[in-house]
Amino acid sequence: MTPPADNAAALSTRSVLAGEGGRGGTLPGWAPYGAFLGALVFCAAVEAALGWFTIALMLAFGALVAIVAIYTWSRAVEGRRRAKDRAVTMAIASALGLSMAPLISVLYEVVKRGVQGLSWEFFTSDARGAVTGGGAEHAIVGTLVITGCAVVISVPIGIMAAIYMNEYGRGPLRRALTFFVDVMTGIPSIVAGLFAYALFELFLGPGIQMGIMGSIALSVLMIPIVIRSSEEVLKIVPNHLREAAYALGTPKWKTIVKVVLPTAFAGLVTGVMLATARIIGETAPLLVTTGVVSSLNANPFQGRMQNLAVYAYNEYRSPGVMKQASYDRAWAAALTLIAIVMILNVIARLVYRRYKTEIR
Amino acid sequence: MEGRKLRNMFGPQARSQAEEGRNTMSQAGPVTETSNQAGEAALARRAKTIETKEVNLYYGAFQAVEGVSMTIEPNKVTALIGSSGCGKTTFLRSLNRMHELTPGATVKGDIELDGEDIYGAAVDPVAVRRLIGMVFQQPNPFPTMSIYDNVAAGLHFNSGKISKSEKDAIVEKSLRGAHLWDEVKDRLDRPGSSLSGGQQQRLCIARATAVSPEVLLMDEPCSALDPVATLAIEDLIGELKKEYTIAIVTHNMQQAARASDNTAFFNLEESGKPGRLIEIGPTQEIFTKPKQQATEDYVSGRFG
Repeated sequence: MTPPADNAAALSTRSVLAGEGGRGGTLPGWAPYGAFLGALVFCAAVEAALGWFTIALMLAFGALVAIVAIYTWSRAVEGRRRAKDRAVTMAIASALGLSMAPLISVLYEVVKRGVQGLSWEFFTSDARGAVTGGGAEHAIVGTLVITGCAVVISVPIGIMAAIYMNEYGRGPLRRALTFFVDVMTGIPSIVAGLFAYALFELFLGPGIQMGIMGSIALSVLMIPIVIRSSEEVLKIVPNHLREAAYALGTPKWKTIVKVVLPTAFAGLVTGVMLATARIIGETAPLLVTTGVVSSLNANPFQGRMQNLAVYAYNEYRSPGVMKQASYDRAWAAALTLIAIVMILNVIARLVYRRYKTEIR
Repeated sequence: MEGRKLRNMFGPQARSQAEEGRNTMSQAGPVTETSNQAGEAALARRAKTIETKEVNLYYGAFQAVEGVSMTIEPNKVTALIGSSGCGKTTFLRSLNRMHELTPGATVKGDIELDGEDIYGAAVDPVAVRRLIGMVFQQPNPFPTMSIYDNVAAGLHFNSGKISKSEKDAIVEKSLRGAHLWDEVKDRLDRPGSSLSGGQQQRLCIARATAVSPEVLLMDEPCSALDPVATLAIEDLIGELKKEYTIAIVTHNMQQAARASDNTAFFNLEESGKPGRLIEIGPTQEIFTKPKQQATEDYVSGRFG
C-alpha cells in the first residue's frame, strides 16, 4: 500500500502526510451525494425486480448500501482512514435523516388534514347540542385552564423541591428524594389520573369529575420533570457566586433568592415551559378526571371540562352524523395543540435569550 | 429595575442633573472624599485585630491545618505565603467562617476579632462575614447585576431599606476606593461581566468594601490577572489598609514583598500531613533574615 522504501524522500514525506494507509487520491465533492443517490436507485431497481417496491424500504436499505458504497469507493481512492471517516459521516447523516422523517411526516399530515377542520366556528363555539357543526372552543379553554392550574400547582412545588435538593439536602434523605423523583418521572399517566380520581372520590364521592382534578393529575406528572430540570439548572450556578454573597454577610436564603435564582432564571423558565409542553397533550388521565363534555366550562372547580386531546379522541371515537367533519375537527384539534406547544417553545426560547446569564 | 433608574440618573439627557446631585452629595458628607483627600500616611480609622490560637482545621477526618497561632495586626497587610496545599487558603477561609460551608469541614481552636471569639456559641456566622469580607481568586461579580447593583449588592441583601442617595454615595465611595470610579462612572448600568478581568476584580473589592467591613481577606486576588492589573490591585491594597485590616494569600513572592507589612510562611512536612505556620514576622525580616531554614529556602526559591 505505501510506496516502496527506495522512493525519493519527498515521496515518503507525502505518503506520511497522507495518513496511515493513505492512497493520496481525493473523491470529488459530490461523492457522498452521488453514492447515496446511486444506492437509492440501486435499491429501487432491486425492489422493483423483486416486485415489492416501497419508499420506506428503499430509503432504509439505500442508506445501508450507501454506507458500504462510499466506504469501498473511498478506500480504493483515498485510503483506509478517510474511508472510515466517510462511512461514519454517511451513517450519522442517514440516522439523522431517518429520525427526522417521521417527525416531518407527522407534522405534514397534521397540518394537511388539520387545516380542513379549521374555521371561525372551530374557535368560537362549543359543541353543545351540535348535530352537524360545532367547534372546540370549550376544549381550547379547557386545555388552557387545566394546564394553567397544573402549572400554578407544579412550579412552586417543583422549584422549591429542587432548591431543597440542590442547596440544602444532604445524605440519605436527599438520595431517597432523588430516587423517588426518578421513579415519579416514569409513572404511567393513567396512574396519575387514577390517583387524582381516587383522591377526590374519598372526599366528594364516586363519579366526581372536574377540571382541578385533571390539573392535580397533570401536576403529578409535571412536578418530577420540573424538579429534574430545575435541579440541573441550579447545579450549574457556580459555587463562587454563592460564596461571594456569603462573604458579604448574606444569609443563605437570601443568597438563594437574590443570587442563585436570578442567575438560573432563564434555565428555570425553559424547564417549566418544556414540562408544560410535555403535559399539555395528555389524554388518559384527563379522560378519567375531567370527563367528556360538549359545552364550555371555564370553572375548574365545578363540573366536567373538555380539553383538546380528549376532544380529538372523542371526535374520532364517536363521530357525529357527518363522520368526515368530525374527523376533520379531530385533526384540527391536534393541529391547535401542536400550535400551542410550538408557541410555548418559542416563548421559552425568547425568555432564554433575553435573560440568559453568561456563566463562567 | 435599578438599571432603569440609573439610566435616568446618569443617562446623557440627565447628565447635568446628575452632576448637580453628585456635587451636593460630596458637600453633604465626607464619605466621598476618603481616598482622594485623606493624607497619605493618615489612618482613616483603626480597624480590628484578628488573633488565632492553636487553630486546627479539618475536612472530615483529614486535618488540613494544625496549630496555627498568629496575630493579624490592624491596618496592616499580612501576607500568607507557602507552597500549594499547605492550608493557607483553608486558614484564610476559617477567619470569616467560610471554611465550615464546605460539607464536613470543622474548626478547632480560638479565632478572635478584637478579643471576641468569632466561633462563640452566641455568634451568628452571617454577622461575622459582615465584619470580615472576602475577595476571591477568580473575579466573581454577580452576572445578573449591573456594575452599580454589584457594588450595592451587600447593602441590598443585608440592611433592608436605605435611601437612594445614601446608596449612591456608598457606591461612588466604594468604586473610588477601588480606583474604578473613573473607568465605570458613565456605564454603571452595564453588566458587571462587561468589564475586563482586572476591572472585575476591583469591582469585587468595591463590593466587599461597600458593606464597610473591618477586615478584608484576599485569596490570591491577582492570580487570574495580568501584571498591569496586578500592580493596580497592589496599589489599591496599600490604600485600603488605611481603613481595613488585610490578610492576603499569595503565591507571588514579589507580591508579598511589595505589598505586605507582615508575612506568615506556611509549610507542610509532606503531602497528606497538615499544614503548619512556620514563621511570621515583618515582611522585611522574613525575606532578608528569616529565623527558620525552611522559610529561607522557600523565599529564596530553593524549595522543592
